[in-house]
Amino acid sequence: MKKRGAFNFSLLVAALAVGTVLIAAALSMTIASLPALRAFGLKFFFSPDWDPVSNKFGALPFLLGTLITSFLALFLSLPFSLSISILSGEYLKGKKISSLLKTLVDLIAAVPSVIYGFWGLEVLVPLVRKLEISLGVAPYGVGIFTASLILAVMIIPNAAALAREVIELVPSNLKEAAYALGATRTETLLKVTLPYARGGIMAGILLSLGRALGETMAVTMVIGNSNTIPKSLFSPANTMASVIANEFTEATGDLYYSSLIAIGLTLFVVTAIFGVVGRYVVNRMKIK
Amino acid sequence: MRGRLIKDRIFELVVIAFSLAALVPLFVILVYVFKKGLPVINWSFLTHLPKPVGVKGGGVANALVGTAFLVLIASVTSIPLGIWAGIYLSENKNSPISEFVRVSVDVLQATPSIVVGILAYIWLVKPIGHFSALSGGVALGIMMLPMVVRSTEEVLNLVPHYLKEASLALGVSYPRTVLKVLLPSGIPGIVSGILLGVSRVAGETAPLLFTAFGNQFMNWNILKPMNALPLLIFNYAMSPYEEWKRLAWGASVLLILLVMVGNIISRMVSEKWKVKF
Repeated sequence: MKKRGAFNFSLLVAALAVGTVLIAAALSMTIASLPALRAFGLKFFFSPDWDPVSNKFGALPFLLGTLITSFLALFLSLPFSLSISILSGEYLKGKKISSLLKTLVDLIAAVPSVIYGFWGLEVLVPLVRKLEISLGVAPYGVGIFTASLILAVMIIPNAAALAREVIELVPSNLKEAAYALGATRTETLLKVTLPYARGGIMAGILLSLGRALGETMAVTMVIGNSNTIPKSLFSPANTMASVIANEFTEATGDLYYSSLIAIGLTLFVVTAIFGVVGRYVVNRMKIK
Repeated sequence: MRGRLIKDRIFELVVIAFSLAALVPLFVILVYVFKKGLPVINWSFLTHLPKPVGVKGGGVANALVGTAFLVLIASVTSIPLGIWAGIYLSENKNSPISEFVRVSVDVLQATPSIVVGILAYIWLVKPIGHFSALSGGVALGIMMLPMVVRSTEEVLNLVPHYLKEASLALGVSYPRTVLKVLLPSGIPGIVSGILLGVSRVAGETAPLLFTAFGNQFMNWNILKPMNALPLLIFNYAMSPYEEWKRLAWGASVLLILLVMVGNIISRMVSEKWKVKF
């Protein structure tokens, strides 16, 4: 019996250790960002000046950069990811080709983001530059628009996989009832299946938005790294993740270092909320 | 009626068109990377160090070694702990501690990789005083941990309770039952989860930027900065030199192959080797 106690205790310790990692993460980042938060207060999030030379730090340009690129990417990718999920979760449900499509999408989702970034830098940036010349705006090539395009391509597989999961979970008796009433497949889809899966799809969107918010490498490589508030869709900018990736190793002063960690902490809190809420909704759907 | 049927057809076609359109850029990227990178790869690419700017040739041997080291450190830090915690979760389904740990796992899984890099920096780089492979490996381990915990818990939940009861009824002690009956029945699922985790962290760059940092030379010391495939791709992709970009394309192909092979083996393990109850 004594052995059992020791064994159970070791399990408990392991489980608590996993929880401790999270608490330690939150604590150590909070402590490290205190100098910046104390120096600037709430103004840290509303000030547009990011000037390491004169030791002034405001995160507004990066908050805006992250928000604009993520939502633009989400908006661009939504029709595509929804289509893929409807195709594999409804039209091809149960067929061999559906699982093939699923495997394909999963494999593509596994491509490391630094490679998306490299491709974006070499192929997409020159293309966007051409577009900018023909539109008559400053031809940077890099910038918010390019970053959003790459992000959109990257989150399609993600959002599609999540949405398919919940579309497949819609009970078939509901759909059959609609068919029995003479509804076409499209009508059933739009009036029964999608409304039923609405919560889960929203959760999937939330989870992919969380992914887009924290995506670092691909964005860093094509966004142009400018620390000012973006003036247009095509102007170079920085996101919260990309400014950390670019400047963390160069952060010489304590306040500089602390400000970057404060941005990291913000990112951590936001993605944590999105992650937990999204998971909660998806899990609740599954239990039903 | 006809109108509705036509609408039905049109909608289906639109869905198919959008799906295909979404797959196009993804394929374009893969084809482009392979077209650029495959010609670069040969024996000397795999066995030589990068050459200085202006010198032709050179390879990525140091990055290959570095990625192997980093993945190894990540596995050592995350697999035993993750499996143990996963067993706890599946054996204590409703305890408040389990609830808390599950939420922690969700949050860790959602944490952006760059934030994990910051954590490893605060915990290991600052106290040690310089960049090291160890800190990079631990960063990757933190990213793998939630995947290992979750796959262990999920697969153990699928093991039917009568197996456990049969073992206990035969007088086998509880720890032995867990280790010799439950865990072996779940091994395929756990292995598949681990492989998926490994192939995901092997491609991560952001957590390594200010931990493993990168290194032009071969390094076997885990307390020193070390190169890794994704780091090398990032650094050389952003460089202005064609010769370095060529190396980066070759490394990209290697990395994609590594990640895809890991994914496919993981799939095969979970499907072929599935224990059916």
